Amino acid sequence: MYAQQVDTGSKGLKSLDEMSPEERHFQEKVDAEVRIEPKNWMPDGYRKTLIRQISQHAHSEIVGMLPEGNWLTRAPSLKRKLQLMAKIQDEAGHGLYLYSAMETLGADRDEEIEKLHRGEVKFSSIFTYPTLTWADMGAIGWLVDGAAIVNQVPLQRCSYGPYSRAMIRVCKEESFHQRQGYEILLTMMREGTDEQKEMVQDAINRFWWPSLMMFGPSDTNSPNSAQSMAWKIKRHSNDELRQRFLDQTVPQLEFLGCTAPDPDLKWNEETGHYDFGEIDWQEFFDVLKGHSPCGVERIQQRKKAIDEGQWVRDAAVAYAEKKQANNAA
Amino acid sequence: MTTDQALTEYLLRLADTDMVLAQRFCEWCGNAPALEEEIAMMNVGLDLIGQARNWYDYVAELRDDGHDADFLAFRRNEREYRNLLIAEQPRGDYAVTTAKQFFFDVWHHLVLTRLTESSDERIAGIAAKGLKEATYHRRRSTEWMLRLGQGTEESHRRLTDAVQNLWRFTYELTDTDEIEDQLAEAGIGAGNVGDVWRAEVARVFAEAGLELPEPARHFYMDGKNGKHTEHLGFLLAEMQYLPRAYPDATW
Repeated sequence: MYAQQVDTGSKGLKSLDEMSPEERHFQEKVDAEVRIEPKNWMPDGYRKTLIRQISQHAHSEIVGMLPEGNWLTRAPSLKRKLQLMAKIQDEAGHGLYLYSAMETLGADRDEEIEKLHRGEVKFSSIFTYPTLTWADMGAIGWLVDGAAIVNQVPLQRCSYGPYSRAMIRVCKEESFHQRQGYEILLTMMREGTDEQKEMVQDAINRFWWPSLMMFGPSDTNSPNSAQSMAWKIKRHSNDELRQRFLDQTVPQLEFLGCTAPDPDLKWNEETGHYDFGEIDWQEFFDVLKGHSPCGVERIQQRKKAIDEGQWVRDAAVAYAEKKQANNAA
Repeated sequence: MTTDQALTEYLLRLADTDMVLAQRFCEWCGNAPALEEEIAMMNVGLDLIGQARNWYDYVAELRDDGHDADFLAFRRNEREYRNLLIAEQPRGDYAVTTAKQFFFDVWHHLVLTRLTESSDERIAGIAAKGLKEATYHRRRSTEWMLRLGQGTEESHRRLTDAVQNLWRFTYELTDTDEIEDQLAEAGIGAGNVGDVWRAEVARVFAEAGLELPEPARHFYMDGKNGKHTEHLGFLLAEMQYLPRAYPDATW
């Protein structure tokens, strides 16, 4: 979900004959569904692609805490406050174990975070959108976590062992978040006032298209997919996953009693899938380039937290060193 | 005051203090100095809201006036809130949050320990559950007092400033009023934990290289009886915004 347009640095796929013996051995293992582990030989491009993808994924978990954090101090009941806090805490945890998975590839967490703060690497486009009402907490749980699950379920079988194992844990928690998000909306629609129902529809109107964009550009415009698929980092195309998400989400939308902001959305008997309208790709690419509603603020907040926390981390290190010196003496 | 009236007042103090402190933790979301601290603070915040809910539920049952825990948390104003003053102080930097939490945690741990022996079984049960959490909270904030106290010159300076600023509110942790004395005599409340609190704080201060100030004295403010600093109103305005703006809504 949280990784879009990951550059593989590859100009085209090599056939087994064109590969070096090491590369061929590696590719054969991947083809045979044998997991690649940190100490195994791997092509440089594979390593770099994974570092890019996992760091982007981890950054997205951490930046993704902010739109929800925006409502944490205003959650409307004890139950909702506890739920939201636990959800955000899970996301911090996901970020942590994704950074750990990334570090098994030789990358450094602090360096990668600095790259994020310098704007050199991306986080998921979805988290640049503002959260304007409490209903957005439901819409994010349902749609954003829902899209994330569709994207991450195949990643549980990713060829890189530490990443695939991290995903197994993440997916379990995301499913829980998605049900919670849906329940927030359902409560407002079933038991809420007219104002609350309007809030729900408004949140869906705003998060519908950005959620569909989470799957990345359409297959015809996704130059890195072929290499990622050959390496079995990626298992399905962007459009395939987007369709899967849509097919499972529309019945849930109807059950809520809400509508999608898409006049072209309709069931297609022949294909057995929902047809939907054209995504505004201009908006997607604008957002990725930084021309986004809250992208600047998200990074500013993250950078501020880390910069202002420097003295705290320094103190912790200095104290640990003193303690160690005392123990040695 | 009847024992029941005293009891609901006493429980609200415990509940409101937990709630207000947790709200300050919520403000740290996305702003913590490290990811690990982000998670740890959420943990403590979750524990505190959970405990607040248990106390509020009990108050709601005792009062039996049709108002539930959410009403108690989200519909009472600043003069009705009974939290300790130290809980409502702004989160400040990490030194302020650490010192504030440490002063509270030592007190909280002592109080809950005594409450596990309360003649009121409901209180004893809630306290026993909360005590496990409070034991971790106290260990965590004590460790941070040592880290910041002994860490670097800057961390020591910041912690010293934080202590100087917050110390004046600690009299609420060491003094008791009539309600607390009444309930202690009835074998229900924790009574005064001031001496033990001061001894424990002194021990950690010595290890952290901090100077222990003279005991704080009462000075007009009285959080336990609803006379707060100016910070609480803003905290509640934010926290209670939705239930107050949409009084008929179901969330």
